[in-house]
Amino acid sequence: MTHEETVTMIVEEMRSLPGAMLPILHAIQDRLGYVPKEAVPIVAKGLNVSRAEVHGVLTYYHHFRQDPPALHMLHICRAESCQAVGGDALAEHAKNALGCDFHGISGDGSFSLEPVYCLGLCASSPAIMLDGEVHARMDSEKLDSLLEEGK
Amino acid sequence: MKVFVPGDSGSLALGAEKVARAVSERGIDPVRNGSRGLYWLEPLLEIETDEGRIAFGPVSEKDVESILELKSAHPLYLGRTEEIRYLKNQERLTFSRIGITDPLSLEDYVSHGGFSGLDKALKMSGQEIVQEVLESGLRGRGGAAFPTGIKWKTVKDAVSERKYVVCNADEGDSGTYSDRMVMEGDPFMLIEGMTIAALAVGASNGYIYVRSEYPHAYSTLVKAIGILDKSGYLGKSVLDSGKPFHLEARRAAGSYVCGEETAMLESIEGKRGIVRAKPPLPAISGLFGMPTAINNVISFSSVPFILSNGAQAYKDYGMGRSRGTLPIQLAGNIKRGGLIEKAFGITLNELIFEYGGGTASNRPVKAAQVGGPLGAYIPPSLFDTPLDYEAFVKIGGTLGHGGIVVFDDTADMMKQARYAMEFCAIESCGKCTPCRIGSTRGMEVIDRMKQGEKMEGLLRDLCETMLSGSLCAMGGMTPYPVLSALDHFPEDFV
Repeated sequence: MTHEETVTMIVEEMRSLPGAMLPILHAIQDRLGYVPKEAVPIVAKGLNVSRAEVHGVLTYYHHFRQDPPALHMLHICRAESCQAVGGDALAEHAKNALGCDFHGISGDGSFSLEPVYCLGLCASSPAIMLDGEVHARMDSEKLDSLLEEGK
Repeated sequence: MKVFVPGDSGSLALGAEKVARAVSERGIDPVRNGSRGLYWLEPLLEIETDEGRIAFGPVSEKDVESILELKSAHPLYLGRTEEIRYLKNQERLTFSRIGITDPLSLEDYVSHGGFSGLDKALKMSGQEIVQEVLESGLRGRGGAAFPTGIKWKTVKDAVSERKYVVCNADEGDSGTYSDRMVMEGDPFMLIEGMTIAALAVGASNGYIYVRSEYPHAYSTLVKAIGILDKSGYLGKSVLDSGKPFHLEARRAAGSYVCGEETAMLESIEGKRGIVRAKPPLPAISGLFGMPTAINNVISFSSVPFILSNGAQAYKDYGMGRSRGTLPIQLAGNIKRGGLIEKAFGITLNELIFEYGGGTASNRPVKAAQVGGPLGAYIPPSLFDTPLDYEAFVKIGGTLGHGGIVVFDDTADMMKQARYAMEFCAIESCGKCTPCRIGSTRGMEVIDRMKQGEKMEGLLRDLCETMLSGSLCAMGGMTPYPVLSALDHFPEDFV
């Protein structure tokens, strides 16, 4: 199925929901890993709004991606609770280990690195999320072994 | 043998899945309860015995075999769970079932007092329900502390063909996780509270707006709603009362400002999460322009107890105008991080040192940020302040959602102040100038102070503008952490 066909199917299925925009964008990203450019006019037509409005929503929310992510997605918490127990150092370590900055993709192409502002695991900071799985009381060694498993 | 291994994401993040698997491999299907909130002991394995449940923790998969064999002779044995001091001295009105029951077992929920509040509400008029909530003294637990009963009364009195109940589950504050624990550990309680609200105000539809950073909470809620739809608690006629309540969980998309109620409404409507000017209040013109009762997860979850036990039983807890209990979350650099539900009036000293055991790093405490990223940094000299909405306002702070993030003496308060501005710059919706521009200028000013320029006056001026000129709490409260850092830790700004 092409991306256009997938998006069209999702829009058809969900367009009658009240406030369907976010559920549709979520469904597209869940299926394709990101919201491709070609989705915008299809969503706009389905919801009877302008392409600019879809683009506005898509780019407003941190969660939605417009480019394909790497095979693995690493989220590192940057918020205060994690800062209080070495979160900054952990983030620096991840950047060095992956050879990329936040919002980037690792040198070998296998990891996307994203910041997140709180995973709600603050009693056991610092915390990360790797491919939807949460890990707490992180340190650079534990992170290295998780990254190693992922490669 | 009945064995419990928590399945909430706080425990999963510490390896509970492997522990549960190790239990299953020995022929026992463990109950996946919510967390008791003793996170420094997670994964906490419990075994049911004639004397009650006994606990072991923190457990790794390697310990499982010997625990099942040795039981109370095992080195990780903690005694009876209920007798663990951290838990024993709490006043768990809202968290009474969490960690005890299987979150998705309707049978467990009902046998532990679930739906007794709804049963009562079904026999009452909307006005009577509102009156009960009003008399309990319950105030919004999301942070704004507005009396819940007054909000409900406004929605009830509004005339409209359709009304909504919306739960703000966009728990974005760092250092808070009580909403997550409820959604993952006792979702039926939240839904019961929302259903009672719907009966009170006359709403037929509801939404729970859950942050995308909480995938476990979202999937638990979807399952819980499915179970209640099937069993007649939700849908066209709530328990054959003839009153409809249709509920849906909606995923947010990673915008902090969508925790502000009007930005959240915009987001549910499918738009960018831009803050609306008030008035009109959402209680008059909210979701899709209809009267809408919006409350936080903990506010809704406090309601079943109030209906079931009466307003007075709830009101008996607390101090001053802060009635009832607050689920407090200990976080950051803390030895025993976890959830403590206590009546208002407990002090930061008791929480951080007696419950929390001080810092995890064993260094002196430098500050505690109370109430999330928009909360003040409080020095130990003010730790005898009781947890009370008014007392915190007096010291230039806010209780917010009850999160306490502890920092040791290595923390740099100028850096934390800069981060507060940076976070505001990242998350500002952009609608009002003080927040959109002020946050970036704030970062720049602090950067120049770091270079040695004397700019404290300008920074205070800027904070004053943001405080009084912003449209919502995002820009309006970002000065709290900044000013408190300046006031209490001037040495870090030299």
